Amino acid sequence: MSPLDLSRWQFGITTVYHFLFVPLTIGLAFLVAGLQTAWVRSGNERYLRLTRFYGELFLINFALGVVTGIVQEFQFGMNWSAYSRFVGDIFGAPLAIEGLLAFFLESTFLGLWIFGWDRLPRLVHLATIWIAAIGTALSAFFILAANAWMQHPVGYQLDTAAGRAVQTDFLAVITNPVATITFPHTIVAAFLTAGAFMAAVALWRLWRHPDRDADAFRTAARVGAVTVLVAAVLVVVTGDQQGKVMTTVQPMKMAAAEALYQTEQPASFSIFTIGSLDGRTELFSIRIPDLLSFLATGNLNGRVEGINDLQSQYQATYGPGDYVPYVPVTYWSFRLMIGTGALAALGALWMLWALRKRDLPIGRWVLAVSVVLPLLPLAANSLGWIFTEMGRQPWIVFGLMTTQAGVSPGTSTAEVLISVVGFTLLYGVLAVIEVGLLLRRIRGGLPDTASPGAGDELGRPAAFSY
Amino acid sequence: MQLTTIWFALIAVLWIGYFVLEGFDFGVGMLLPVLGRSDRERRAMINTIGPVWDGNEVWVLVAGGATFAAFPEWYATLFSGFYLALFLILVGLIIRGVAFEFRSKRPGSAWRGRWDAAIFLGSLLPALLWGVAFANIVRGVPIDAHHQFTGDLFTLLNPYGLLGGLTLLTLFLTHGAFFLALKTTGDLRTRANALAGRLGLLAAVVAVVFLVWTQAIRGTEVTLVLAALAAVALVGALLANRAGREGWAFVGTALTIVLAVASLFVGLFPNVMPSTTDAAYSLTTTNAASSAYTLTIMTWVAAIFTPIVLVYQGWTYWVFRRRISVDQIPADSSH
Repeated sequence: MSPLDLSRWQFGITTVYHFLFVPLTIGLAFLVAGLQTAWVRSGNERYLRLTRFYGELFLINFALGVVTGIVQEFQFGMNWSAYSRFVGDIFGAPLAIEGLLAFFLESTFLGLWIFGWDRLPRLVHLATIWIAAIGTALSAFFILAANAWMQHPVGYQLDTAAGRAVQTDFLAVITNPVATITFPHTIVAAFLTAGAFMAAVALWRLWRHPDRDADAFRTAARVGAVTVLVAAVLVVVTGDQQGKVMTTVQPMKMAAAEALYQTEQPASFSIFTIGSLDGRTELFSIRIPDLLSFLATGNLNGRVEGINDLQSQYQATYGPGDYVPYVPVTYWSFRLMIGTGALAALGALWMLWALRKRDLPIGRWVLAVSVVLPLLPLAANSLGWIFTEMGRQPWIVFGLMTTQAGVSPGTSTAEVLISVVGFTLLYGVLAVIEVGLLLRRIRGGLPDTASPGAGDELGRPAAFSY
Repeated sequence: MQLTTIWFALIAVLWIGYFVLEGFDFGVGMLLPVLGRSDRERRAMINTIGPVWDGNEVWVLVAGGATFAAFPEWYATLFSGFYLALFLILVGLIIRGVAFEFRSKRPGSAWRGRWDAAIFLGSLLPALLWGVAFANIVRGVPIDAHHQFTGDLFTLLNPYGLLGGLTLLTLFLTHGAFFLALKTTGDLRTRANALAGRLGLLAAVVAVVFLVWTQAIRGTEVTLVLAALAAVALVGALLANRAGREGWAFVGTALTIVLAVASLFVGLFPNVMPSTTDAAYSLTTTNAASSAYTLTIMTWVAAIFTPIVLVYQGWTYWVFRRRISVDQIPADSSH
């Protein structure tokens, strides 16, 4: 394989892996902050114990999100130096601002939260987790603004002499329509992810140990399930808006999402298709009439441009070349993203129904839901990310630079092979360890500590310290 | 002053901040197997840096991001050129960060021993390799007309580069030992103090040779003054340590790192990555820079937010100013 293929695999592997932890971190930060607020307001110890229980799970997850994030910032320069030279004037700024505004907030205030239980006044300590949570959301905004520029470049001029894009309007870059709709979509998806995690963990506890802290876990299960349902509605609303923005700025991506080769008016949406391996010929399909028109344009009779027409238009604009993304991936990732997200919402709905009475319905269903439910949003997040990045291909910056042209020209196959194998092995081992630790903490149940500040006269570090 | 010069200075400040702050927590990590004789001692050591190491590490992320934003050519040439060195640094930072969070989540000496090893290696590798990388930036590396680095990992492992790595390593060890002497009590404090004295002498010898060599490569009057002051600060730190004034000793190594790294950046200016292939191919603050528009925006952002960051990070150090005693670590190892 060439350094280009290896670098693409490395970026894909490290980004999808990083993005397993990020949404859970963002969502759980806010949910844990909410639980702690409930404790501070009510004085009810149930909320404190839940805060500490979910707080520890949050921290185990946060650790991997942080360390894999460092790789993300470095590998633009390491593997995509030609891209970095071309976009640095624009793309570097949101990255630097993300570090200065968001990473410092997250890391510093989380350190204060972890170690500050018996060092800070109660309200100040509560503020630290809220500030850390806001930091995680800010971080999402700036990195999505950077990514939005790759999907839909705005606020720039081409400096052909220097061979780079030059920023002319910073405000346009950070208010890119792709960024302003992708950000809420990502944040509500993060809440869906964290809600599903919180609910599923609580459900498992209720199933396994119905006699231990059942009241607290019923609360957590309900909070989690309601979070999933509310977030699911908002994911649909924001996703719908995002689809319309995408149709305007990247019509090829929308066509590739449906594998729509011929322009249609109205266009139907297929739930399931069996096609030839290259995705060009359809053999069997289940379709909903007019739905694609509505998703793309908001009008049941809207015209949706097909891949073939767009390919000719792009050839006329950008010169000869193949401007079609790899359709089987875009087609299935788009559907499975929606499908897994919808299943998560169904699971949460079932949970609320099951929890309406004192006793849980006993059976394998409960176990199955508690195991599968947290995985569904993780799958949906990954698929959404894979869809939006694969749907941009062959471009690294839409219309301006191809992925092929962005790779580091001087980096050797051996170098990239070492790093891609190294990161993959390391990430694999860390995933096993993280899941093991999460399960161990979940099996341990709610911590007994009546007050986290116990022993502060002795200056004992809080139970949360390393 | 030109915007490009301001940004060169800001990036120098970010790297200096990173080395001063993460320098001591790298030092603590490397000293873990040396000074920590029991699990409780090692746990006490880790807890001295527990609340702050992650915030310290963000300095390098901001330095990297700011280099990308302000000097894209520098970022692209450096990061693609020093590929394997950066890969190893990343592996070190990954295993180290995870180790801090995971180590005490389970009892068992095998589990904790592995994470202790991860903390040690994850502190040693980046400390050494950042030194190697910076020495090579100063010395110059083969760069072609397209700003492309044309060497490989072994190009960086030249005597001057390795000496740079050793300099940063020994400085961080000393800096970390002073920090431990400042933040612990009893026997651990005494041993940290004694070890710091010995490490400091070693660091002084290595650093003086390195700075003299640097003076020969890129010396000016200003770098000479800065390097000389760095040496004075290190001697002052050792004297303070001998007098049992750990706070001043720590300030001393902090100043040593500030002055020594500042002398490297001053020597480098106006280059950011000199080429040994042909001086005409060197990356400079002007030919590697972003547009004036972007630099202006970034200057505003930095001017507004950097002071805020400094205030709340400083506050964290104030909140956790107390010493940590081994007795405070619960004998029961898991919590």
